Amino acid sequence: MAYEEVIFYFVAALTVLGALGVVLARNVVHSALFLILALLAVAGVFILLSAEFLAIVQVLIYGGAVTILILFAMMLTRVRDMPQALDGPQKPFAALAAAAFLGLSVLAAVSTEWPGETDQITLVPFRDLGESLFRNWAAPFEIASLVLLVALIGAIILARGEEGE
Amino acid sequence: MIPIENFLVLSSILFSLGIYGVLARRSAVLILMSVELMLQAVSINFIAFAVYLSPEQFTGLIFAIFVITVAAAEVGLALAIVLRIYRNKATANVDEVDALKW
Repeated sequence: MAYEEVIFYFVAALTVLGALGVVLARNVVHSALFLILALLAVAGVFILLSAEFLAIVQVLIYGGAVTILILFAMMLTRVRDMPQALDGPQKPFAALAAAAFLGLSVLAAVSTEWPGETDQITLVPFRDLGESLFRNWAAPFEIASLVLLVALIGAIILARGEEGE
Repeated sequence: MIPIENFLVLSSILFSLGIYGVLARRSAVLILMSVELMLQAVSINFIAFAVYLSPEQFTGLIFAIFVITVAAAEVGLALAIVLRIYRNKATANVDEVDALKW
């Protein structure tokens, strides 16, 4: 077995472990910590796919900002004091739906003959990726900035208390 | 060389765990975390297809960047909404927020 396969299985196991922790942990703070593990392991998967830029973005945005936001929301909504808020009676149905999707999706992925499979992954240079983003995808980029601005203003207005509250 | 199927199976597992979390959990914050897992699965798929099937174009990578951008906006807005619900109803349990249920 080549060393990259060993690394892949290690990182994949970490990802699945983290994801299992997120959905199964009885303590919500543990859930959030497992989420950090899963997100950092996914960054490792991105590096294996030679997408270093996305791995860096993943660590910065998910590993840092998103998990901090989620922990803050947990603190402010006191979700820890509500043990009944963990799982609902729909658990068996949820497991069934997830298993059905998993079976279908794995079957589709394994049985398909993937065309044009390259023998080795070509490294994506930052420079080319940036050029492509700002030349071919400039309009979506600007729209994404607008989406972020709207989300920023909307979140402030929603979370701010009203006058006299 | 790792075959592309490995990445697709990994992202399938991640997505199913996200589905399970969204359906089974009752706290809005935990549901959001499961949604994050599903978005991660989608990003892995996009990048795997981009580097394996069309390495000379960056469409999949660019799409993954936009997925991350939209996910960041989504988390910010959704948590603000959860906070608002908590302030009005003193709970973040989605089963108890049923004012629109007939």
